[in-house]
Amino acid sequence: MRTKIEVNGIRKGFALNGGELRVVEDVSLTVGDGEFVAIVGPSGCGKTTLMNMVVGFVQPDSGSILIDGVPRAEPNAKGILISQQGSIFPWLTVQQNLMFGLNDHPQADKKGVADHYAAMVGLKGFEGSYPHELSGGMLKRAELARAFAVKPEILYMDEPFSALDALTNLRMRNELLRILEEERHTVMLITHDVEEAIHLADRILVLSPRPTRIQAMFKVDLPHPRKLTSPEVQELRVAILHELGVDRNAG
Amino acid sequence: MNKIKESLPAMAVIAILLAAWWLIVAKTHSVIFPTPWQVVTGTAELIKDGTLFTHIGASLMRVGVGFSLAVLVAVPLGLWLGWVKGAYSTLNPLFQILRPISPIAWIPIAILWFGVGNASPIYLIFISSVFPMIVQTTAGVHTIERRYLRAAQNFGVSRRTLFRQVVIPAVFPQIIVGMRIGLGVAWLVVVAAEMIALRSGLGYLIIDSRNAGNRYDLVIAGMIIIGLIGLMLDGVMRLLEGLKSVRWRYAH
Repeated sequence: MRTKIEVNGIRKGFALNGGELRVVEDVSLTVGDGEFVAIVGPSGCGKTTLMNMVVGFVQPDSGSILIDGVPRAEPNAKGILISQQGSIFPWLTVQQNLMFGLNDHPQADKKGVADHYAAMVGLKGFEGSYPHELSGGMLKRAELARAFAVKPEILYMDEPFSALDALTNLRMRNELLRILEEERHTVMLITHDVEEAIHLADRILVLSPRPTRIQAMFKVDLPHPRKLTSPEVQELRVAILHELGVDRNAG
Repeated sequence: MNKIKESLPAMAVIAILLAAWWLIVAKTHSVIFPTPWQVVTGTAELIKDGTLFTHIGASLMRVGVGFSLAVLVAVPLGLWLGWVKGAYSTLNPLFQILRPISPIAWIPIAILWFGVGNASPIYLIFISSVFPMIVQTTAGVHTIERRYLRAAQNFGVSRRTLFRQVVIPAVFPQIIVGMRIGLGVAWLVVVAAEMIALRSGLGYLIIDSRNAGNRYDLVIAGMIIIGLIGLMLDGVMRLLEGLKSVRWRYAH
């Protein structure tokens, strides 16, 4: 597998009351082309900062980030970020949102592409709706569709489904897996939900508390669709929770 | 039916006030202060000789021109101040000094610069409504949520698309709020401005009715009409708040 994302020894700290708060400490990782890598860590450990550096919104203090072997420049449509709070524009309709990133297409094409992806995520019939008329789950679908519409090589997902209720969360995971089967992308997912990571990822990296570094790595060698109640999944879950310092079978 | 029910208490208060007014004037046998009925007949008189609509038209024209000029200046300027840090730090202190000066205080200077024609009240309306709209627009830019700007950056859109599809629509609800405030102030100011030396407008009607024979029925008629038109103007502005593309901002 070709390497898609390569992160070499990045560090980041923020000034705090005259001192410095070390947030990310010497993190190195690689994500292969077409691979789905989940990164789990305790809340407040610097996951989002790590993600923002990889996407390009935040510059690391030191270290390097290569995409396809080339140092990553500004954020661009090659890798689209989907975050927990979402960024569907509330002043545009679903269709206008989906057309947003399609700069180079002629107008008629844009509509066609937008409608194709709206249908793919199950939003057919809602193209003309405004976001405030949609439910939380539908907004996430719109956000996925908007990302897929620009055919990004990488999807960056930062707690994408955390704000959803448990049932919608599960539905969205299955939806994501279904779409990824149709259109293969490299995915880097950040989450605090161990079960979500096992459900979706090919490989799981466990982060330590702040200043964060990579503490452990797990391969998830289970075929899709994965049965979340299977003994293999439970075993993996316990092992990952152990790394996170949660030894009881709760979580 | 529900709407009628909801507006009943308001109607009742107005009715009680009118009754009290009528009663007091009748009891005191005032020769100058009119009864509500005299106000109605006075208004009918103004409608019959056609002067009422001339006055209303003159006031609305002045507000229309002054307010439109203010929108044309305030919105682009507010967007620029909000977007460019240097522009904000350079110009905002000046605006903060100019803003609290009452438009009434500008009257002598307006007369000096523009004489006693239409230009003076239009200038006063402009100066009174431009600052609230600049302030609201600038604040609107400053409060655009970072996640939306980052999304635009992420999709790598052109500057043109960034402004047309993100910045301007994100600020638009705030611009509408600014316009409502601006138009309200403009309507307040036109009446004061017309009291100077013009021969038309609702402000002139009030002052002239008092000066030419203590016609207080027409003074009060003018006041009530000003109130009703002000309410209508605000209603028109509020229609903008019903646009689907801005509802997200007012919903929560």
